[in-house]
Amino acid sequence: MRLWSWLGFALGAVFMVLPLVGMFEFSLRARRGEYSLDAYRSVLGDPQFQATFAYSVVVAIVTIIAGVLLVVPTAYWVRLRLSRLRPVMEFVTLLPLVIPPIVIAFGYLRQFNTSSFLPLTGSARGTDFLLVMGYVTLSLPYMYRAVDTGLRTLDVATLTEASQSLGASWVTILSRVILPNLWPAVLSGAFLSFAIVIGEYVFAALLDRPAFGPYMVWVGGNRAYEPAALAVIAFGVTWACMGLLTLTGRLAAHHRAARR
Amino acid sequence: MSFLTLENLKKSFGQTQVVHDFSLAVGKGEFVSLLGPSGCGKTTVLRMIAGFETTSAGRIRIDGQDVTALPPARRQIGMVFQAYALFPNLTAAGNVGFGLRVAGVPRRERAARVAEMLALIGLPDLGDRYPFQLSGGQQQRVALARALAPRPRVLLLDEPLSALDAKIRVSLRAEIRELQRTLGITTIFVTHDQEEALSMSDRVVVMHQGRAAQVGTPAEIYDSPANAFVAGFVGQLNRLPARVVDAGTGRVELAGHPLTLAATLPASGQVTLAARPEAFRPAPAGLPVEVETVEFLGALRRVHARLPDGSALVFDMFNSPDAPAPRMGERLTLAVDPSAWIVEAA
Ligand SMILES: Nc1ncnc2c1ncn2[C@@H]1O[C@H](COP(=O)(O)OP(=O)(O)OP(=O)(O)O)[C@@H](O)[C@H]1O
Ligand SMILES: [Mg+2]
Repeated sequence: MRLWSWLGFALGAVFMVLPLVGMFEFSLRARRGEYSLDAYRSVLGDPQFQATFAYSVVVAIVTIIAGVLLVVPTAYWVRLRLSRLRPVMEFVTLLPLVIPPIVIAFGYLRQFNTSSFLPLTGSARGTDFLLVMGYVTLSLPYMYRAVDTGLRTLDVATLTEASQSLGASWVTILSRVILPNLWPAVLSGAFLSFAIVIGEYVFAALLDRPAFGPYMVWVGGNRAYEPAALAVIAFGVTWACMGLLTLTGRLAAHHRAARR
Repeated sequence: MSFLTLENLKKSFGQTQVVHDFSLAVGKGEFVSLLGPSGCGKTTVLRMIAGFETTSAGRIRIDGQDVTALPPARRQIGMVFQAYALFPNLTAAGNVGFGLRVAGVPRRERAARVAEMLALIGLPDLGDRYPFQLSGGQQQRVALARALAPRPRVLLLDEPLSALDAKIRVSLRAEIRELQRTLGITTIFVTHDQEEALSMSDRVVVMHQGRAAQVGTPAEIYDSPANAFVAGFVGQLNRLPARVVDAGTGRVELAGHPLTLAATLPASGQVTLAARPEAFRPAPAGLPVEVETVEFLGALRRVHARLPDGSALVFDMFNSPDAPAPRMGERLTLAVDPSAWIVEAA
């Protein structure tokens, strides 16, 4: 048994770590005959890198805010009043995992093109909005699950009633009671969304937005050493998100343990 | 003039009606308990008063105002839950101040009121603690302070002591009552524990299957139960089959032993006689019993015995060094006050 798990681990390492190591090593060979950080310097110094990365970070943050505003009240209400709808909600929020993004993107382009009733693709802002909507959809499965799991640890019904008897409105209940008690869950959903949005290609390319994903692809087709450096950077961002995710998970568990 | 009035409240969930024509008038500052077995509708009545359940029919008035259609947030009601329901992200002080903050009370005034409430519940120094840093009893006291801080018109408590262990339960029950008296707040207390209801309340409503089986002071409920359900639910009760000998003079025969009762009897036939364990006392002559087991209850001894016809009888004896406990198999005779018997048609 032990042997098998070690073997599995070793196999994983071969397929996961070796390419990474190889890529990292390659990214350092921009200068002939010696290792250097030239490729990184060139990537980080590229104004287009800076612009696309900043754009994607902003889009990710807007996506997260929109996702939280959409998912928290919905999941809360489903738990509080529509518990019969929970299986339906689970199914609906899983759909973005099943339907390829390209289908959603083409759907958007058909529905909201310049000759449609709502010509969102006609302006840059409108297209940005569509992009964010697409990303909210993509991150929905992760956000919804994270928030729903967080809600499960709360006695939502009683906390709501306690707030109501103290005179609180729905907005007050959501903002002062439910959301503050969901922070770890919301954060983990947020990091996952961030990791998804930051390198996403299909939506950004089809909607023709200056995002980081298309930039990576463009660099990959036009440069030699920079793509490797860029891949290492992208990996770093994703892993930082994963690390923060685990950390918030740990903190939440710690917090709950302390509560008992 | 009553302060809180419930008029013919009805509640149905789907096809099943769980509250039937429930009416109650509670005076200002009065402490009323709803007592009854599990599932009799106590919580449902309380939740209708709070506004968490709609009423299927009937009216609820507070201080003359009809609140039947008012949402819970606008009823000015304080509620304490069995599971405390403190906000985990707020300190004790934050919890107590929540209602004031929602009402827009300025910071300084709020802090003063919070300090006052924390002092009132005996936790003046624990304002900075989070709920998970407090014991169950402390949490429930904070929940009480939180409910009272915005000066509600009515305080509702749903089995607030059930999650606590026995010792704290008894001390907290006295504290709640004392606080309630000090503030003079009209209170409805739901419990299935008769000792709690009888010891705390001005009046008790015994509920049975969604109806008020009896409303009265604890003494009225205990000493003159209105019907067999109340008699059986509140306190222990011996039920014994007897035969009417002469209804006119109140003579009956119980396990072959003649008795004369003060109660009115049906003309003839079988009846069930009921009496509490404390109605019996050992005497030179009376009802013959044989002792089976003796329970030691501190100040009392509870004796389980049998009548000659085999029916079981439980009675209490004071525990004193002069009167040694009866032994198993010992034969005693018991005297009963004739007015202690409750007669039920068999
Ligand atoms: N939301 C609901 N939907 C359907 N039936 C309900 C609902 N709430 C309560 N009931 C039913 O109404 C009846 C009364 O319930 P209620 O909670 O008022 O009882 P209770 O006297 O408070 O009991 P307990 O001592 O167990 O708390 C029960 O039969 C219960 O099953
Ligand atoms: Mg109940």
